[in-house]
Amino acid sequence: MLKQLEGSHAVAEAVALCRPEVICAYPISPQTHIVEGLGEIVKSGALSPCEFINVESEFAAMSVAIGASAAGARAYTATASQGLLFMAEALFNASGLGLPIVMTVANRAIGAPINIWNDHTDSMSQRDCGWIQLFAETNQEALDLHIQAFRLAEELSLPVMVCMDGFILTHAYERVDMPSQQQVDAYLPKFNPRQILDPAEPVSIGAMVGPEAFTEVRYLAHVKQMQALELIPGWAAEFRRAFGRNAGGLVHPYAIEDAETVVVALGSVLGTVKDTVDEMRAQGVKIGVLGVTCFRPWPHMAVRTMLGGAKRVVVLEKSLAVGVGGIVSTNVRTALTGRAVPVYDVIAGLGGRAITKASLARAFALAMNDQLDLTTFLDLERGVVERVLAREREVRRSGPIAENILREVGMGAAGTG
Amino acid sequence: MFQIRIHGRGGQGVVTAAEMLSVAAFLEGKHAQAFPSFGSERTGAPVVAFCRIDDKEIRLREPIMQPDALIIQDPTLLHQVDVFAGLAPGGTVLINTARSFADLGLQDFIEKFKVCALPATELALKHVGRPLPNAALLGGFSALSGRLALGSVKAAIREKFSGKVGEGNVAAAGAAHEYVLKELHAEAA
Repeated sequence: MLKQLEGSHAVAEAVALCRPEVICAYPISPQTHIVEGLGEIVKSGALSPCEFINVESEFAAMSVAIGASAAGARAYTATASQGLLFMAEALFNASGLGLPIVMTVANRAIGAPINIWNDHTDSMSQRDCGWIQLFAETNQEALDLHIQAFRLAEELSLPVMVCMDGFILTHAYERVDMPSQQQVDAYLPKFNPRQILDPAEPVSIGAMVGPEAFTEVRYLAHVKQMQALELIPGWAAEFRRAFGRNAGGLVHPYAIEDAETVVVALGSVLGTVKDTVDEMRAQGVKIGVLGVTCFRPWPHMAVRTMLGGAKRVVVLEKSLAVGVGGIVSTNVRTALTGRAVPVYDVIAGLGGRAITKASLARAFALAMNDQLDLTTFLDLERGVVERVLAREREVRRSGPIAENILREVGMGAAGTG
Repeated sequence: MFQIRIHGRGGQGVVTAAEMLSVAAFLEGKHAQAFPSFGSERTGAPVVAFCRIDDKEIRLREPIMQPDALIIQDPTLLHQVDVFAGLAPGGTVLINTARSFADLGLQDFIEKFKVCALPATELALKHVGRPLPNAALLGGFSALSGRLALGSVKAAIREKFSGKVGEGNVAAAGAAHEYVLKELHAEAA
């Protein structure tokens, strides 16, 4: 059924259609509307049986999800930013124990300096915690990925993180096709756990494992993620047959056939990238796009194959590994091992800075002429940075960096309206 | 694609206005995308929200920098924010004010753009009992832009607000629509 909905509300409805039995909720922007929406649905009685648990922190949210999942319940939670960091230890436990929890991450920057706006630093900081990570391009894909995520998680007995851009998607109203309860029930079988805490057949979950077996346990976790790479395309195809639209899978090529330059990106920025690429194509430029939906496990072969014809690759990413450069680009480079193809890294959209068609077109044009720096910060105010650096050279007590930069750009600390 | 930028202050329902516009367009079978400018929400602070309307899927996610239409919910913003930035020539401007464009010092705009001054706060006070001008402005925008039927705007308002508040806002939108039509006729005559 077509509806015009806020992204958060669309996800809340889709999650409810997946019949979670335990929802742990702790509010943090820009995720809050999702658990609020679910709270209303549970309160109305439309989702039953389901226990909606208000917890005291994100660490508690993930801990409760772990307990619920181990007891055989389908468990869901959502978070963002500092909230994701606060549950970091429990994230490793959920994946290490093989518990199929599904969680939305409404992507937001990490402080300090505190910033509530969108980028991918939060999810990227947990990329190696053993969870599957899927990135949504639109609100339609966000809700579709949640339906797939429960299926994926439970078939593999692994937790899945569905990442959607905070504000840009969570707070955007757009058209979505909401599936019916019958459709979702037909696609998503009842949760049949591989392990369960059952008083009738007692087991313990979470053994101490020493050097004699730890490598084997970790290796199996790796094998499972590699299995996911084999299975995800098939499940996306099944989703397409059942729901009549594309969602999920590993990667999504766009205008890539004869492309000499290919832009790799994740999440909602792909829409702006595609519009930019269409305009450049209209001028005869051979440029294409590769959207990465599944970031963990990393679809090494799919990326390598899709980039097979490219003369150069531009990785556009909303994250930064300080002291390294790009995160996605590092992964792309491993997929291109042995090939002499330049990989340009464009860091953009940090802390919610708008990514515009005009700026993208400029960066892509430079890349096409192989004039782009290997690591570029899109729309960086270089003058501001240089003035702050000059001051640091001159004055020992140069003061706090964030406040100095704000002063340079002409905004007081409280002036971010 | 038709792009609308709405300027107002925190607490005036700027974001809700953009959302209701998108719902009205959706009800007419269009694709529509509404989103706020994602600031920290503070009452009284300048707020911007955006709405795009098209016949095909909207993929673009950048803020609207070259709007086809502006809705200005608070005329005091004229001195604080460059609300007209990027407005396309011949673009539409609807301002919530009981004063004229000439009184506001915007005489030049009358020739360049399709403009209308609408006392939306007064209409809201009359029909809703609170100074929330957004629904009235949408009714007026329907008349000024000719882009959306008043019926779609009313249906969108009813999706957001139920009961007495909803009907009050629907009445304000209807009155605003009538007001703008009268202004347009007066101008044409």
